[in-house]
Amino acid sequence: MLSKSQARAFFLGGTVVTFLIFIGLTIYSFQPKNDQTNHHQIDANVIRGKQIWEANNCMGCHTILGEGGYYAPELTKVIERRGEGYVKAVLQSPIPWGPRGRKMVKYEMNDEDTEAVIAYLKWIGNIDLNGFERVVSPLAKDKE
Amino acid sequence: MKYKSQKVAYWFFGLCMLLFALQIVYGFIMGFARIGWDGLHNVIPFNTARAVHTNLLVVWLLTGFMGAAYYIIPEEAQRELVSVKLAYVQLISLALVGVAAIVGYHFNHWEGRKFLEIPRELDYLVVVNVLLFLGLILATLFKGKRKTTTALVLTMGLVFAALLYLPGMIWFDSQVMDSFFRWWVVHLWVEGVWELIMGGILSYLLIKLTGVDREVIEKWLYVIVGLTFLSGLLGTGHHYYYIGVNKIWLIVGGIFSALEPLAFLGMALFAVYMYRKGEKSHPNKIALFWTIGASIVSFIGAGLLGFAHTLPQTNIYTHGTLVTAMHGHYAFWGAYAMIVLAIISYALPNVTGRKRYDKTSGHMAFWLSNIGMLGMTVAFGVAGVAQVYMERKMKMEFMEVQNEISIHFVVLLLCATLFATGILLYILEFIKYGRPTDEALEVKSY
Repeated sequence: MLSKSQARAFFLGGTVVTFLIFIGLTIYSFQPKNDQTNHHQIDANVIRGKQIWEANNCMGCHTILGEGGYYAPELTKVIERRGEGYVKAVLQSPIPWGPRGRKMVKYEMNDEDTEAVIAYLKWIGNIDLNGFERVVSPLAKDKE
Repeated sequence: MKYKSQKVAYWFFGLCMLLFALQIVYGFIMGFARIGWDGLHNVIPFNTARAVHTNLLVVWLLTGFMGAAYYIIPEEAQRELVSVKLAYVQLISLALVGVAAIVGYHFNHWEGRKFLEIPRELDYLVVVNVLLFLGLILATLFKGKRKTTTALVLTMGLVFAALLYLPGMIWFDSQVMDSFFRWWVVHLWVEGVWELIMGGILSYLLIKLTGVDREVIEKWLYVIVGLTFLSGLLGTGHHYYYIGVNKIWLIVGGIFSALEPLAFLGMALFAVYMYRKGEKSHPNKIALFWTIGASIVSFIGAGLLGFAHTLPQTNIYTHGTLVTAMHGHYAFWGAYAMIVLAIISYALPNVTGRKRYDKTSGHMAFWLSNIGMLGMTVAFGVAGVAQVYMERKMKMEFMEVQNEISIHFVVLLLCATLFATGILLYILEFIKYGRPTDEALEVKSY
C-alpha cells in the first residue's frame, strides 16, 4: 500500500518533471523557426492597435483568436470578411453601432486610431491558427 | 474556535458575501442584455458588466481562500496569528483595491485582457496586499508548534497563486504571446494551484467533519495534488491549440488535458470515501453538504464538462463559443465557490458560538443554488451547442445565430433567479449568525 512519503514523492517528482517539460515546450514554441504569427510584421501601428484594443476592453464583448466575451462577433479575419471600409465605419460611427439590435459602445475614433486598429486586425488575420482560421465563422471562402 | 485570532476570518467571509451578491447582480445585467433588455447600455455596457462579473468572482474567491487560511492556519499551526491588526489592514486594503478597480471599469479604465482587467497601478497594490497576507500566514506557520501537510498544501497553493500573478503583468507587443502568458495566470490558477488550495481546505474539512485519521487523509491529498499538477501543467496546452502557436500543443495539450478529470475524480472519490469511512457524526450537516457537494460538482463541472470540449478535434469547433461559458460556470461553482461556502458554513458556528446547524433555510440555500446553477449550465450548454452548429457548421452570421439562441437565455435567467434565491438565503443565514465573539472560545467546537 502506498505510504505517505511515497505519495509526497509522487507529488513533488511529478510536478518538477512536468514543469520542466512545460518550460521546454514554451521555449520551443517561441523559437523564430516556429513562428506562425509573422512576428516581424508587428510595427508601431499594430502595437498602437493592440493598445487601443486593450484600452477599450474590446475583448469584453468580441472574441479574437477565439478568446473573449462571446457577446459580439469573432474578429479574427474580420478584414477579409467585411473589408476595411465596413470596419472603419463601425469604429467611427457617431451613434452606437447596433445591427440586429445588439448595441456596441460608441467610439467615434479618429482616422489615426482607426488605421491602427485595422492594422492590428490585419496582422491578426494573417496568423496561422492550426486550422481554426478555416472554421471561425463565417468565412467567405468556406461559404463557396 | 480554538484561537481568538481566527475571528479575522469572519470579516473576510463577510466581504465574500458582499462581493458575491454584487457579482450576481452584474450577471443578471449581462443575461438581460443577451435577450435584448439592455437599458443600462449607456452606463454599464456589456464589456463593463462582464469585467465586473468575472473580476468579482476572482476577488471574492481569493477573499474566501484568505479567510479560510486565517481560520485554518492557526488551528493547524497551534498558535495565534502573528498579527491580527495587520490582517485587518490587509482586508481593508484588499477591499479598497477591489472597489477602485470596479469603479474604474465603469469609466473605461482597465487593461482589457480577459480575467486580468485590473489596471497596472492597482496590480502593484494587489502584489503588496498579497505579500502582506503571505507574510502573516508564513510567519504564523513558521512559528507554529506543528507543520501539517494540510497547512503546507494550502500555503503552497497560496504562494504559487501569488507568484503566478506576475507573468500576467508583462507587456507583449504580440497578441499571441499576450494570450500565451495570460493563460499562465488564468489556467495555472484554476486548473493548477487553486486546486491545491481547494485540496487543502477539503482535507481540513474532511478531517474535522468525518473524524478519519489525518495521516490517511493527507496521504491521499498528496496523490490528488500530484495528479493535478501532472495533468494540469501540460494541460495548459488546450488553450494553445488555436491561438497561433506550434502544433505540438495539439498533441501535448490533448493528452494531458484529457487526464485532468482524474484529479477531480480523485477528489470526489476521496471525499465520498472518507465520509463513508468516518465514524464521526458531525452535527454541522450543512457544512458536510457543501463539502461533499463541492467534490462531486467540481468533478462534473471542471472534470467532465471540461473533457467534453478539450480534445483538439472538438475544440476547433467549440473554441470561442458559449460552450466555454457552460464549462466555466459549473467548474467555478463546483470547485471553488462551493468549497468557500463549505468552509464558511463550517467556521460560522465556531466563530460566533451559535450552532444554527441543520436549519431549513441552510438546506434550501444549498439545493436552490445547486439546482439553479445546474439549470444555468444546461441553458449555456444548449445555447453553445446550437451556436456551434449554426455558426461553425452552417456558417450563419453571428447575430443571426444569437437571435436564434436568445430563448435559451430566458431559461438561463429563470434558473439564475433560482440560483440567486439560494444565495440570498445563504447570505441571510450568514447575517443571522451574527458577529464573532470571544465567548465562542468557551463553546465546544467540533
